[in-house]
Amino acid sequence: MITVEGLTKTYGGYTAVDDVSFVAQPGRVTGFLGPNGAGKTTTMRIMVGLTPASRGRVTIGGHAYRDIPNPGRHVGVLLDASAQHSGRSGREILALGAKTMGLPASRVDEMLDLVSLTDSEAKRRLKNYSLGMKQRLGIAHALLGDPSVLILDEPANGLDPAGIRWMRTLLKGYADKGGTVLLSSHLLHEVEMIADEMILIGRGRIVAQGDKKALLSGEAASSLVTSLDNAALSAALTAAGHTASPAGEGLRVDCDTAEVGRAALAAGVVLTDLRSGSAGLEDLFLTLTADTQREAPAAAPQQGGTA
Amino acid sequence: MSALAPSMDVSATPRTPFTRLVGVELRKMYDTRAGLWLLGSIVVVTAAFMLIFFFVADSPDRVFDNFIGIAATPQGFLLPVLGILLVTQEWGQRTAMVTFALEPSRGRVIAAKVVAALIFGAAAFVAAVVIAALFTAIGGADGGFEDLTPWVFGLFFLLQLLTVIQGLAYGLLLLNSPAAIVTFFVAPIASSIIFNLVPGLRDPAPWLDLGTAQQPLFDIGGELSLTGEEWAQLGTTTLIWIVLPFVAGLIRVMRAELK
Repeated sequence: MITVEGLTKTYGGYTAVDDVSFVAQPGRVTGFLGPNGAGKTTTMRIMVGLTPASRGRVTIGGHAYRDIPNPGRHVGVLLDASAQHSGRSGREILALGAKTMGLPASRVDEMLDLVSLTDSEAKRRLKNYSLGMKQRLGIAHALLGDPSVLILDEPANGLDPAGIRWMRTLLKGYADKGGTVLLSSHLLHEVEMIADEMILIGRGRIVAQGDKKALLSGEAASSLVTSLDNAALSAALTAAGHTASPAGEGLRVDCDTAEVGRAALAAGVVLTDLRSGSAGLEDLFLTLTADTQREAPAAAPQQGGTA
Repeated sequence: MSALAPSMDVSATPRTPFTRLVGVELRKMYDTRAGLWLLGSIVVVTAAFMLIFFFVADSPDRVFDNFIGIAATPQGFLLPVLGILLVTQEWGQRTAMVTFALEPSRGRVIAAKVVAALIFGAAAFVAAVVIAALFTAIGGADGGFEDLTPWVFGLFFLLQLLTVIQGLAYGLLLLNSPAAIVTFFVAPIASSIIFNLVPGLRDPAPWLDLGTAQQPLFDIGGELSLTGEEWAQLGTTTLIWIVLPFVAGLIRVMRAELK
């Protein structure tokens, strides 16, 4: 379990992390989500003692990180997959980690197998690795000591779709066995699919946290529907007291999908497409972090606009 | 892996032994091409200097003492670079993040680097002794091993260790390979020039200028031994040029944010 209490980090007048508190529970994957520069990495660096906090504290399983003996055996850390010597082979990087942690050399082979790096890839120098291969190696490094807590900064970065699915399965399985997983991302979809719990951060502050259902519970229902007779369906929906407006080839309606289906059934209209049109996490995320975004979506297409 | 316990039991895990940290630091020096080349070149260049000496020296001068003395020059250049790289490659390649995540006590990591640097310094000395012994045995003057002056080797050894630690100190202070290497070589030269050119500084030079104070250590083969005053001067200059940068560098690393 990772407990973060009132964590604040200031650089001169700039506050990178502003009174951040949350708990990452064992047996769950906690997603740490925010736009670039929101303070995710700084928070994670403070967790493992690489950056001193200005205020507040972090405990991992009840201990300050610096008080954990041989911390690699308890906490797996991946902060930057590129932060390894480019002249070392993947195997040598893992071997150094295993030696520091006092692990047998066979552990290196186990980890290489786990992250599907082949023998010849493991012999290559890091400078010849793709970003995805570096991520796999970094995850292998984090898992070397069979830790009960994982702290991963942008682990999906650079992985191909198959790699992202592989990582998702790996981390889910890890949490199911009782491990604590905290992973950060600036990509909502990545986190949405894997995380049981989400922490949304913008400009150093937590703007929302909870599981997906809780985060979306405040959202108004909305549906997108297309039918063979949109005009008739629109009339039926209006008669039922809903507001329907044209959207693309179909309609946007301010009620849930069940209501739309019921109205269509009553009116005898054939539906060709019906889905939830609620703003979803992405809009919520963008709304919550709006003042922390670097670019306003509306300003983007303008020529010469300041992005 | 622990069960669903909010607290983590770490009582069964011993602290990483210091010897293991030293072992890892030693390995980091020779598991990269650059490190391996540096270590190899220390041995090869030492041997090359002795070979040159062998050909240019008059045959009565080809004695063990002199072969050892000639090794001081190349090793004085290369050992500090080794000391510098032991520290700065962690910053240049950003492996410091990994190193200090696996051993959060920065003091222990630096101590392990100091011990590793001393081991490399000692190994370079042993290599010099072995190569010098080979040259003396193969083509040395008659009685090349006679009249050995053990204190000369002691001082040479001390100088090796000082110079490698000095490199480490500059590495800690600057955390950047080129800057540390340039500073290491330029600062003493600039210092010597200043102390020699400015008339008022000539008298205190042995107390303040490292090159001047270490000069007696290079007078190997001579009969003179260090006077009490020379020892004191070696002490003050070591304090100024090695201990102070080391302490300042240590403070910098202890406080540094690792990115």
